[in-house]
Amino acid sequence: MKVPISWLKEFVEIDWPVEGLADRLTLAGLEVEEIQFVGLPIPEVHSTAAGAGQHGRSVRVSGLAWDPEKIVIGAVLEVMPHPDADRLVLCRLDDGREEHVVLTGAPNLFDYKGKGPLGTPLKVAYAREGALLYDGHEAGWKRMTLKRAKIRGVESYSMACSEKELGISEDQEGVIILDGDAPVGTALSEYMGDAVLDVVITPNNARNANILGVAREVAALTGRPIKEPSYEVPWTGGPIDRRLQIRIGEPELNPRFVAGLIEGVKLGPSPYWLQYRLRLVGMRPINNIVDATNYVMLEIGEPLHAFDFDSLVGRAGGKAPTILTRLPEPGERLTTLDGVDRSLDEFSVLVADTAGALSIAGVMGGAETEVSERSRSILLEGAAWNYINIRRTLAAQKFSSEAAYRFSRGVHPAMAERGVRRGLAMMHRLAGGTIARGLIDEYPMPPGEMSLEVKPADVKRWLGIELSVSEIADILRRLEFVVEAADDYVRATPPDHRLDIGQGIVGVADLMEELARIYGYDRIPETQISDTIPPLYANPSLEREERIRDLLVDLGLQEVVTYRLTAPEREARILPQQGPVAEPYVWLANPIASDRVVLRRSLLASVLEVAERNARIRDRIGIFEIGPVFLPTGGELPDELPRLVIVMSGPRQSKSWQGADATPMDFYDLKGVVDRLLHGLHVEGVGYVPSSESAFHPGKCAQITAGDRVLGVIGELHPLVVREYDLEAAPVLAADLELSVLSEAFQDRYPVAPVPSFPAVLEDLAVVVDERVPAEEVQRLILETGGHLVEAVNLFDLYRGEQIGVGKKSLAYSLVYQAGDRTLTDDEVADIRRKIITRLNQALGAELRA
Amino acid sequence: MQDRLVRLEGQAISELEGVEGEAGLQQWKVKYLGRSSELAEILDGLRKLPKDERPAVGKQANQLKARLEGAFAAREQTSRAASLEYSLQEDRLDVTLPGRTLVRGRLHPSTSTLRLIADIWAEMGFQVYRSRDVETDDYNFGLLNIPAHHPARDQWDTFYTKQEGVLLRTHTSPGQIRVMRERAPEPIRVILPGMCYRYEQITARSEIQFNQVEGLAVGRNITFADLKGTLNAFARRLYGEDVKTRLRAGHFPFTEPSAEMDIECFVCGGIGCAVCKGTGWLEILGSGMVHPTVLENGGYDPSVFSGFAFGMGPERITMNLHRIDDIRYFWSNDMRFLEQF
Ligand SMILES: [Zn+2]
Repeated sequence: MKVPISWLKEFVEIDWPVEGLADRLTLAGLEVEEIQFVGLPIPEVHSTAAGAGQHGRSVRVSGLAWDPEKIVIGAVLEVMPHPDADRLVLCRLDDGREEHVVLTGAPNLFDYKGKGPLGTPLKVAYAREGALLYDGHEAGWKRMTLKRAKIRGVESYSMACSEKELGISEDQEGVIILDGDAPVGTALSEYMGDAVLDVVITPNNARNANILGVAREVAALTGRPIKEPSYEVPWTGGPIDRRLQIRIGEPELNPRFVAGLIEGVKLGPSPYWLQYRLRLVGMRPINNIVDATNYVMLEIGEPLHAFDFDSLVGRAGGKAPTILTRLPEPGERLTTLDGVDRSLDEFSVLVADTAGALSIAGVMGGAETEVSERSRSILLEGAAWNYINIRRTLAAQKFSSEAAYRFSRGVHPAMAERGVRRGLAMMHRLAGGTIARGLIDEYPMPPGEMSLEVKPADVKRWLGIELSVSEIADILRRLEFVVEAADDYVRATPPDHRLDIGQGIVGVADLMEELARIYGYDRIPETQISDTIPPLYANPSLEREERIRDLLVDLGLQEVVTYRLTAPEREARILPQQGPVAEPYVWLANPIASDRVVLRRSLLASVLEVAERNARIRDRIGIFEIGPVFLPTGGELPDELPRLVIVMSGPRQSKSWQGADATPMDFYDLKGVVDRLLHGLHVEGVGYVPSSESAFHPGKCAQITAGDRVLGVIGELHPLVVREYDLEAAPVLAADLELSVLSEAFQDRYPVAPVPSFPAVLEDLAVVVDERVPAEEVQRLILETGGHLVEAVNLFDLYRGEQIGVGKKSLAYSLVYQAGDRTLTDDEVADIRRKIITRLNQALGAELRA
Repeated sequence: MQDRLVRLEGQAISELEGVEGEAGLQQWKVKYLGRSSELAEILDGLRKLPKDERPAVGKQANQLKARLEGAFAAREQTSRAASLEYSLQEDRLDVTLPGRTLVRGRLHPSTSTLRLIADIWAEMGFQVYRSRDVETDDYNFGLLNIPAHHPARDQWDTFYTKQEGVLLRTHTSPGQIRVMRERAPEPIRVILPGMCYRYEQITARSEIQFNQVEGLAVGRNITFADLKGTLNAFARRLYGEDVKTRLRAGHFPFTEPSAEMDIECFVCGGIGCAVCKGTGWLEILGSGMVHPTVLENGGYDPSVFSGFAFGMGPERITMNLHRIDDIRYFWSNDMRFLEQF
């Protein structure tokens, strides 16, 4: 909402500088996003040098100051043709000091061309040489300094300005023609310089989406009285009673309908002062009647609708028209004034007459009864509509307007009458005519009377401050509540422009906000909670998740976080050999992009997309993500199952000047990471069972188990998947684990063994086994046979070759023999070794390698 | 014989002085102290000497041997010191060559910031409570005092699922209702972190998904002044003791009164810059006293209990702290972004 300070000052006196005012409004909940200076000097920023910790600027500031010496009001005395340019004219102009010849191409001066000296001079905004202006011919807001130039043989050093050149609006078509009483020679900034606050109106502040509303806030904050506009109407015509009738069909949806009648108006452009105000708040001037309705809406917040009364009478066959408000008939349509033929939703209230629909109530007028150049009589509607219903209609019709904006947030029914009175008076002022005496006012559903009781104890309990009964009463009075102060409480009735104060304890909470806002959030002290500390709850799932993150980071992996929204085709990429599968997904009803239409089922697909993107910039990838996948359950809400995915690919080490291990990482690099992770979590009974999962290479894939639990899958990706993601430079390794199972297998009370105080015996042992014997089995038997005397077994060499024969492999282990209570003798070690060899031979056919 | 020893000593000592390096030393040692050296010969020949000469000559020869051994040890030590000194002088690295490249893992910046925030709130006694991403309309809106078609709903552009009444949470506030219903009538101090979703075009300034951390305190006699004190304590802990904050009135349907908290822009010091969009302030969190209707929906009697709630965006905080101007970096996971943390 744009608020020109000059307009605001009509309703309340303001002593504060503009920036100070903006600051106070912002603190009180009417956030001023920007101050646009239109002509007035822009205050200097206080630099931090002004005082340590002194805040410089609290609000964004923009605009252009009009130099009082260089931009003044001028009078065009005569418009003359240019000697050799049809699209230019020369103006004889008086700037209050002397006469100048000013060159311009403004089309709105062409009507006066060659008419000799004008009977009534045209007042314009005259810029002298050296004036700083916006460039009217450049897109956007580019500043320029007015320079002397020769244009088509005519010397030009000054100009008459358009609104764009002065920073008032985008309009650069013609020059501004000011009202006739503008004093020639006066600085333009003094005459009409302004500052416009851009105020954010939150939903609870809907009542303040108008100049008067903001003025009420200023009044409450400053303690100055509010100067309500006059609602007097210069009645000059006959009584309105017989001229029309109003019947409300749905009082719930239309609690009030007020109508007034003005006849014999003369349509035409509004005076410049009014056009200027509309422009400053961002509306387009249309004609004096439409402008009057918009002006009143901006001023006091009641949207008005003007009907062409003669066409209503015509539709009623020359009789007094009857206005009805009702819901649409099935299949009913209306052509609205934007020329669109609209089908009407069954919940949208219509303003109609006996011949059919006239407008969509509170939203948009119909084309047929629209005010036009020919209109002479105006029926002015001011009504109250159910805002929720208006919102539904707006959503259904995909429409918005300044009026609809206000009605859809709630306007108090009391404003309907004030709006019509103010509107009639404004039309009379701008367009003449006679106003039929009185208003037709149907008011079937006035809001119920309600009042609230507030005690100082409530204030203490909610806000933590001490306010006396009289302080509470004073603040509420400033906000125009009707206040009754008793010994220990205040009874307050909200003023009749507010719909946002609830009842009961909700209403008390609403009053707390009002008290705090006006008292000032900055004056409320800082305290700490005095209540007891709540019971503490353990959060193992989070703690374990964070532990897993730390371990994976320690193992050199980069964490990633991806979009949880994806598309089935994106996830089908991990199953290229299957083609699209109709998996049950959580589908969005209103996706914003065609490639993000469901919640993901696969975390692996998300992480592979990250690998794909980074493969172009990094040869080595080692990443992981922890996050949920979403599986529909058939119930209302889907399952959200957290998973862990690791993806690795590329050389073991990045290139270095010292040479690096450029061997591509393989299954065992990833397995090493997973082993370390599981070791770090003290998961017991970990096993790897060969497995085939569709995204993985069938021969290089395993299920990871821990006892009975299946933690997930690990392997090299299927070559088709690798190709799909364009990652063919090296094998791609991936692990996909179910986090909740991993979390359950996690041990945090693991025992720690004493550090041995006797020396260990180290020995190597190499055995030759069939290729098909799993290494894990050999290791398991060594440990089992060695019992508590074999402390550790590490595979340090794997060999295949002629020396040992085809179909065989040699596994070399280093063994650590250790007893907790003595130094082992050579004989003891030899004995265990012999037992191990015998066992391996019997169980697996293993031969000791010579 | 004595002359022979004197000559031998003179010759050995003077030769020793001229010896260079380890090899020369060893040669000298063999020549003068070795098994077939002249001195060894003399000592071996003692038996052949007349009996009365033997003790004197033997003593002198042994003394000479001891002196030569001493001289040798001394010479050897100075020689080694010299050669160590020499090698230390010669053995030099180019210390400007890069160190060996080791792979370092890292957390995603959102995780780091979430942890930072959670740690600070933990210091103030707020525990973490997590709840689901996919929510009902009721938990996300209705129970939070945002009825259908209410203007306040304009503040949230929502992704709905094809399941009637089910949506992607637009904020972590549904967790407020869940934790209250779980814990009522116990006092509560929790933070609620989690991923939220908004129906918005993805641009440098807006994302369809983002993390949020909400906080909730419910108990007896919790006041707006407590809210102010607590949030200021948080801001000072996160941004530094000297940070300047301001609390201004705001609007959230689930709090009353509501407040927005700004801190003075730490980039420009409040003068106005691109980061603070010329205002000198950075908005860091929204907050307010829990609305009586929300307390009631959570199972707390609003005439007895009160509380406050607040919410902040870890990605926004990260962006401010590191002057990141494009929110899309977070989920695009480009290593050139992630590796900077
Ligand atoms: Zn700044």
